Amino acid sequence: MICESDTIAAIATPLSSSGIGIIRVSGEESIALVDKIYRGRRSLNDYNANTINYGHIVDQNGEVVDEVLVSVFRTPHSYTGEDSVEINCHGGIFILRKVLDLVYNTGIRPAEPGEFSKRAFLNGRMDLSEAESVMDLISSGSEASYKNSIRQLSGFLKKKVVKLRSEIIHEAAFVEAALDDPEHYELDGFDDKLVIELNRWISEIKDLSDSYHEGSLIKDGIDTVISGRPNVGKSSLMNFLSGHDKAIVTDIPGTTRDIIEERVVIGDIVLNLIDTAGIRQTSDKVESIGVEKAIKAQSYAQLNLYLVDSSMKLSDIDQKYLSSFDPSSTIILLNKSDLDSIVDMDDIHHFFDGHVVEFSTKTGQGLDQLKSAVSDLFFDGNLDSDRFYITSEQNYNDLNDALKSLELVRSSIANGLSEDFFTSDLYDAYRSLGYIIGEEVEEDLVNKVFSDFCMGK
Amino acid sequence: MGHIEEHYDVIVVGAGHAGCESALACARMGLSTIIFTVSMDSVAFMPCNPHIGGSSKGHLVREIDALGGEMAKNIDKTFIQSKMLNLSKGPAVHSLRCQADKLAYSIEMRKVLQSTPNLVLRQAEVCDLIIENGEVKGVKTISGATYFSKAVVLCTGTYLNARCLYGSVIDYTGPNGLKAATHLSDSLRANNVRLLRFKTGTPARIDRRSIDFSKMTEQFGDPVITPFSFTSDKRKIQKPQVSCFLTYTNDHTHDIIRAHLDESPIYAGVIEGTGPRYCPSLEDKVVKFSNKKRHQLFIEPEGLMTNEMYISGASSSMPEAVQYEFYHSIAGLEHCDIVRNAYAIEYDCLASHQLKASLEFKAVSGLFSGGQFNGSSGYEEAAAQGLIAGINAGRFVQKKNPIILSRSDGYIGVLIDDLVTKELTEPYRMMTSRAEYRLLLRQDNADIRLSKYGHEAGLISEDRFEKVEDKIEETKEEISRVDKVFVGDNKKTRNFLKAYHSVPVNSGVGLSELIRRPELSYDKTAPLDDNRPSLDASVREQVNIQIKYSGYIERQVKQVQHFQKLEDKLIPEELDYDKVPSLRIEAIQKLKASRPVSIGQASRILGVSPSDISVLMIYIESGKYLK
Repeated sequence: MICESDTIAAIATPLSSSGIGIIRVSGEESIALVDKIYRGRRSLNDYNANTINYGHIVDQNGEVVDEVLVSVFRTPHSYTGEDSVEINCHGGIFILRKVLDLVYNTGIRPAEPGEFSKRAFLNGRMDLSEAESVMDLISSGSEASYKNSIRQLSGFLKKKVVKLRSEIIHEAAFVEAALDDPEHYELDGFDDKLVIELNRWISEIKDLSDSYHEGSLIKDGIDTVISGRPNVGKSSLMNFLSGHDKAIVTDIPGTTRDIIEERVVIGDIVLNLIDTAGIRQTSDKVESIGVEKAIKAQSYAQLNLYLVDSSMKLSDIDQKYLSSFDPSSTIILLNKSDLDSIVDMDDIHHFFDGHVVEFSTKTGQGLDQLKSAVSDLFFDGNLDSDRFYITSEQNYNDLNDALKSLELVRSSIANGLSEDFFTSDLYDAYRSLGYIIGEEVEEDLVNKVFSDFCMGK
Repeated sequence: MGHIEEHYDVIVVGAGHAGCESALACARMGLSTIIFTVSMDSVAFMPCNPHIGGSSKGHLVREIDALGGEMAKNIDKTFIQSKMLNLSKGPAVHSLRCQADKLAYSIEMRKVLQSTPNLVLRQAEVCDLIIENGEVKGVKTISGATYFSKAVVLCTGTYLNARCLYGSVIDYTGPNGLKAATHLSDSLRANNVRLLRFKTGTPARIDRRSIDFSKMTEQFGDPVITPFSFTSDKRKIQKPQVSCFLTYTNDHTHDIIRAHLDESPIYAGVIEGTGPRYCPSLEDKVVKFSNKKRHQLFIEPEGLMTNEMYISGASSSMPEAVQYEFYHSIAGLEHCDIVRNAYAIEYDCLASHQLKASLEFKAVSGLFSGGQFNGSSGYEEAAAQGLIAGINAGRFVQKKNPIILSRSDGYIGVLIDDLVTKELTEPYRMMTSRAEYRLLLRQDNADIRLSKYGHEAGLISEDRFEKVEDKIEETKEEISRVDKVFVGDNKKTRNFLKAYHSVPVNSGVGLSELIRRPELSYDKTAPLDDNRPSLDASVREQVNIQIKYSGYIERQVKQVQHFQKLEDKLIPEELDYDKVPSLRIEAIQKLKASRPVSIGQASRILGVSPSDISVLMIYIESGKYLK
């Protein structure tokens, strides 16, 4: 059920490949909740209204996820009329999504279609004449997203969700039957049995929801930096990658910071080549600039392609940086030129314990190996077009809601509470999963009690 | 010679569990009240199971008591066995159930009615409602008498156009051979009231002397009896109890039933009424749960003044001879004598979304209804509605606002909201799973939740109300005191925790945290709490529950606050749903049919989506309906 006073969030800027995105958060607790993931000079709670504040968004472990500007608005002076926060992120789509996830983890829920406008209207922040268009937006928006997500629903996901739901509600109904008729249905030993089921449900749902990240990597691409010393062939690599199939190269006009310039497709993999300006200008005469760029890129790109020319001896700088790269996000490309090779894979492995691919931009040698290295790093080596990925954000949110409810059940059992404390959480999980396949759940539990268990006097 | 004509403030039609509560409430509010019964011998009659309470129904009885109703007091006077169910579960689902001495229950209730000032108990069949210009004016009886009143409460139970069936036998009577009320349905239809046809059933009653109890499991009552009413003295209520017994059907029983299925009026298609899923006949059980090898039967005494035993779990509408055959196939019943046959009953009842939450008809001012007539099932559900219908009929006469309990106030609120919001397809029975805020709606705190409403209605005395207020205050103070108590890690603490197999505390812990441990409680931790005041057991119980489950309770309190916001957004009565742009057609139809009073209620109608609700809110806020 919609809760009018919930704190809600959504990405407010169109999801383009531009580097900047704004996450809007609105509701009573918006400032306090966003503060949980914000690190700045002061707590967000202490900033004045209508201020823009520099800081960082951090994850559960306190690791910085993005450098941000956070605007704080206080009721009634905001778009919705409620306390609001806007987070300006700079790290591209992937980072934006990650920040949004962190926002949701604080207890803020995803906004319904048109919900910001609705709140703005209900709080008198919009003209009466706008009411009808807002109503239209809500009804068509939710209809569209609902239809869209149902249409996109794969047979695999549907089957899986249907099965999970029927298992979950069966257990909830059993508890209710036993509570209703305790002299007939016994709950002795039920918890132990339920925990086993619960763990299975949680891991199955987790698998589904985890696939969203891979799914969005497939859909939106992997933000990639090409780096390396001057004249190692960065530019030709880029031309090669973007040129190997002209038909599917999209030119994304340089936006605010010229961050993404090319979107290249290699088989099932999409790479967003970012920060290419420097490469094109070939102005990075000073060796360290190109390499430092690579180091810096690690903070905002997902993949660093570091190029080494096999015909030139590894420099001190190469050695230094090779050993500092994170093997989980770096692939070393050993560029084979016509000249004799001086450096081979072993030399590199000496400094870098990760993927090294021998590559020739002339012959195209190494493209398959590059693909499989990327697949290894980002898709567990399992980039398989038959594999199932969650791609709808709505499905992802519903799966996560179901997970949260089931985890509450698990903690209730761990705390020694009896069954009546957690059936509602089981039912909530059932309900969240129901949204995915577009089912209303009114009275389902009562119906299930009667259909699965023989009740009554 | 003319006909009798009399005038009252309130007329109550029917003296079952709903009617009795209704009439008592009105009379106690100081209004002149008359209550009609088809038989003086069937006041507060229990035509089916011989017990009051049980899971979720026990909650209703407690709530009735907290509001100043009679049911709890009456069962406290007449029970013969008492049991608190679900004690191994959380406090929210503890539920009291009492076996009643049926006859004593009925006689005691009649005594109460007949000793209440302002109240007249009259045997007569009401056949006609007098309604003028959408206002009720009174009723007529078949004797030709006219009774005028400012309000009328219909509590006709299962008597309207009732017929009882077993095999090919059809008796045109109400329950237990009592006279059915045949005229009132016509009068209601003539006033455009839409009626439904529901069905229910009851098992046979068997002579206790013919039962071999050695083949059954004896079921005892609790060693210490808990009273139903908050006003009953626990010490005075203790008494010897009688037992119930457990037995089972078997393959042979099921074979007999299957062999004779075509003789059941339900399976032969004679009965068109919709039967309840929660009390299926044995025929239904055998057909729908064919993989079940046996079904449990509960043998309950009907009272101390009769030999009859009620065979719970084996209701049937099979022919008499088949009933004998299958009852005889059951362990312990091999040689049983039937005293009364099992039968199914069909009756007219109200499509209850024609009612407001006050239980007044939307279309007829001053006309209220309560009980099984509203599509519910069970004595407790009936009494609860009867009480609310009575209170609100009384307040209608007094020109006061109705008292409406919300879903977060109590099971009664859930019950009535469901009845007036949902489209029923079977008799409605209360279940704890229907109460979404059940962790807050416990039987132990019904007085805390509801006494204020009973007091407002004038049914709870000043003295009783103050005691509840004191209890609330003392509980609050003690919780905040306990929250500040710190238990150090010393020898005393270590020994104490060891005795309860509880994990030791490092460098001390808050007392509240210890109370939350499953193996400990508020009372158990007394030795660690030097300054603990001496408090009444009922206060200690509240302190314990509220500390122990505080996390869950707070979560629900938050949910209730969200819920309440939507309940408080009222939908203007004059709103024309056809004019709301962007509302889906299905939603328009459903909303027009049920005309919810609030956004919250609208959101609970099946077929109305969250986006419909948003659209509706904006429309109302924009004030466009005013044009």
